[in-house]
Amino acid sequence: MRYARIFLLVALSVAFAAQAFAAPDESQLDRGHRVYQKWCYPCHGPGADKPGTASLAARGQKPAVLEDRTDLTPAAIKIFVRHGVLYMPTFRKTEISDADLDAIAAYLTRNNKK
Amino acid sequence: MRLPPGVNAKDFSDALKQFSEAVGKDWVFTSDEDVNLYRDAYSPFWHEDEDPVPSAAVAPINVEQVQQVVRIANTFKIPIWTISTGKNLGYGGAAPRLSGCMVLDLKRMDKVLEVNEKNAYALVEPGVSYFDLYRYIQDKGLKVWIDTPDPGWGSPIGNSLDRGGGYTPFRDHFDAHCGMEVVLANGEIVRTGMGALPTAKTWQQYRYGFGPYIDGMFSQSNFGVVTKMGFWLLPQPEGYRSGTVSVAKHDDLVPLVDTLSYLMNSSIVQGTTTVGSPLLMSIARSSGMGGAALLTTPKSPSIADLEKIGQEKNLPYWNCELHFYGPSKVVDAQWEYAKEKYSVIPGVTFQDGQSLRFPLSADQIEHVPKRQFGIPNLTVFGMMGRTEGHMWFSPIIPMSGEAVFEAQRVFGQAYADMGVPPAETTFVFPSSFFPRSFVVLCGFPIAHDVEKNRKNRQIFKRLVEVAAQHGWGEYRTHTAFMDTVANVYSYNDHALLHFHETVKDAVDPNGILSPGRCGIWPKHMRKAKA
Ligand SMILES: Cc1cc2nc3c(=O)[nH]c(=O)nc-3n(C[C@H](O)[C@H](O)[C@H](O)COP(=O)(O)OP(=O)(O)OC[C@H]3O[C@@H](n4cnc5c(N)ncnc54)[C@H](O)[C@@H]3O)c2cc1C
Ligand code: HEC
Repeated sequence: MRYARIFLLVALSVAFAAQAFAAPDESQLDRGHRVYQKWCYPCHGPGADKPGTASLAARGQKPAVLEDRTDLTPAAIKIFVRHGVLYMPTFRKTEISDADLDAIAAYLTRNNKK
Repeated sequence: MRLPPGVNAKDFSDALKQFSEAVGKDWVFTSDEDVNLYRDAYSPFWHEDEDPVPSAAVAPINVEQVQQVVRIANTFKIPIWTISTGKNLGYGGAAPRLSGCMVLDLKRMDKVLEVNEKNAYALVEPGVSYFDLYRYIQDKGLKVWIDTPDPGWGSPIGNSLDRGGGYTPFRDHFDAHCGMEVVLANGEIVRTGMGALPTAKTWQQYRYGFGPYIDGMFSQSNFGVVTKMGFWLLPQPEGYRSGTVSVAKHDDLVPLVDTLSYLMNSSIVQGTTTVGSPLLMSIARSSGMGGAALLTTPKSPSIADLEKIGQEKNLPYWNCELHFYGPSKVVDAQWEYAKEKYSVIPGVTFQDGQSLRFPLSADQIEHVPKRQFGIPNLTVFGMMGRTEGHMWFSPIIPMSGEAVFEAQRVFGQAYADMGVPPAETTFVFPSSFFPRSFVVLCGFPIAHDVEKNRKNRQIFKRLVEVAAQHGWGEYRTHTAFMDTVANVYSYNDHALLHFHETVKDAVDPNGILSPGRCGIWPKHMRKAKA
């Protein structure tokens, strides 16, 4: 049920993703990479021992590693991080601040077609 | 906005103003969007009113701010639920026991205060995760190991205060601590053990100090807010080796565990050892019974039939992987000695496992079971499949083969009596998470489905009761079952709980700290609960 709600939110968010996207400067990407390494990589990095990647691969998602994706929008990423999905829990703002999350979103969408 | 229980809107709004002055307004969370992040991501109450939702959260950055927060809460009688890293998934996450409590989130207190290589200890703040502490040690090139539970994003303080466990020689995390700093409900700071000496030189080296040893009272309790804790570390061993012992017959489990127990109590085998059954696991997979195949139900195949299958498929009935840490020569000799001890079991077989020397290369690290070497990771979540979380039923049973047989029978019968197949529950075999006993870990799936969760909660409660009838009790539990579990630790008309309540009333008369934690309620909430 929560899953369905998230997909709805993701679909809606795609609509305004374009305008939310501002060209990030280099340090924003560095910050995004650093925060991603700390909070996301242990589940979403490459390799069979990364459960988020394994789960996405099992779903048929290609590529399964988030860093290799070019189809995620910043808004969608934020929704997943603040709402969770399956056993990926929500992250509190003391763990990942809004500014950190902006940076992760910028990092994970760095290779998207502009 | 949700109000804390027993607090009026005017007082709450005044208190929030004061909290903002104490910690800065960015660190007081009151919007639904922010507060929802503190709900239990693996709640067994999804879509039900009982799902605990905090009224707000406050996140101080140092001990002075913690003192101020606690004093304000005490003045306005606002209940606050303390978390360190708040990753207590499976046991309640970051959520309070009671809706409306404010969460006191210590994640921002994330300083590693000291790592001493010579004496092998660390002193940390509550927000320091296992990942953080490991990174700190690696960056400084210190030759000491931490011990990590399966998920590395929790904290030495949060995990050990819930008395969690890991895998290396310092796997009993509360037991590995040495010295605490605690803020009491009136805002006063207490340091335990040698820390009570204003000029202490051995706070992290000698545990007891002088007089009663009170550290245990701050674990699984609600008597204080812990703001610093010391932990003993393992000097990086020279080497490691593992070896697997396998036996063919059902009854061989008795000597297998008796010898394991001897080897562990003699510190020859170290770290967590899990008893496994290649035979039952293979049946679990091929029959679709899952973990249920590990229980003895009235429908289970007979022991003779199982032994026959084992023989045909060349699958040991039982096995266990032993871990040895130390100088390479010594660990090799220990494995030889273990084999000698086990060779009295007819038909026993041995398999050499990994043999390593430390430090590991970056490439080796990617290919070893990280937890076995105190390297934090999140790999364990992979065992959960595409599920929405779980909660743990985790009773302690004696470390003996007979006890394992009894647990298989008793829990199997309990499911049969309830008329439900144990299919959904993941029964893991007994592990020596803690010295001298076994813990049986059973994962109950959480679903975003009210009926399923309701049924699972009933089964969970029944298993707690059945376990207690056989002398087994949970080592910790999810917030949802804290009263249920506290209630079975009832020797002499609940004398222990009464003692906890007496302490609670004395040290926290307004009952502001984590009401209901581990079944301990402040006086004014005790009646309502009963
Ligand atoms: C897949 C999976 C595997 C797991 N494997 C393990 C495992 O191997 N070993 C294990 O032990 N656990 C395990 N767990 C359970 C849990 O995730 C960990 O124990 C985790 O470390 C607990 O969260 P935390 O460290 O963030 O503690 P927190 O959530 O910060 O704290 C836990 C509780 O302790 C109390 N507390 C925390 N800090 C303070 C403080 N400063 N003062 C007073 N009281 C405080 C609070 O009541 C809090 O709710 C597992 C869970 C999952 C989902
Ligand atoms: C405990 C492991 C874990 C951690 C840590 C984690 N995730 Fe996830 N994540 C998952 C799982 C599991 C899924 C769901 C995969 C599926 O649908 O099968 C997921 C899904 C996602 C998705 C949706 C992908 C899609 O195509 O559906 C995004 C985006 C995401 N995560 C981002 C993040 C970010 C950003 C972080 C770090 C802040 C993070 N995750 C941390 C486990 C994790």
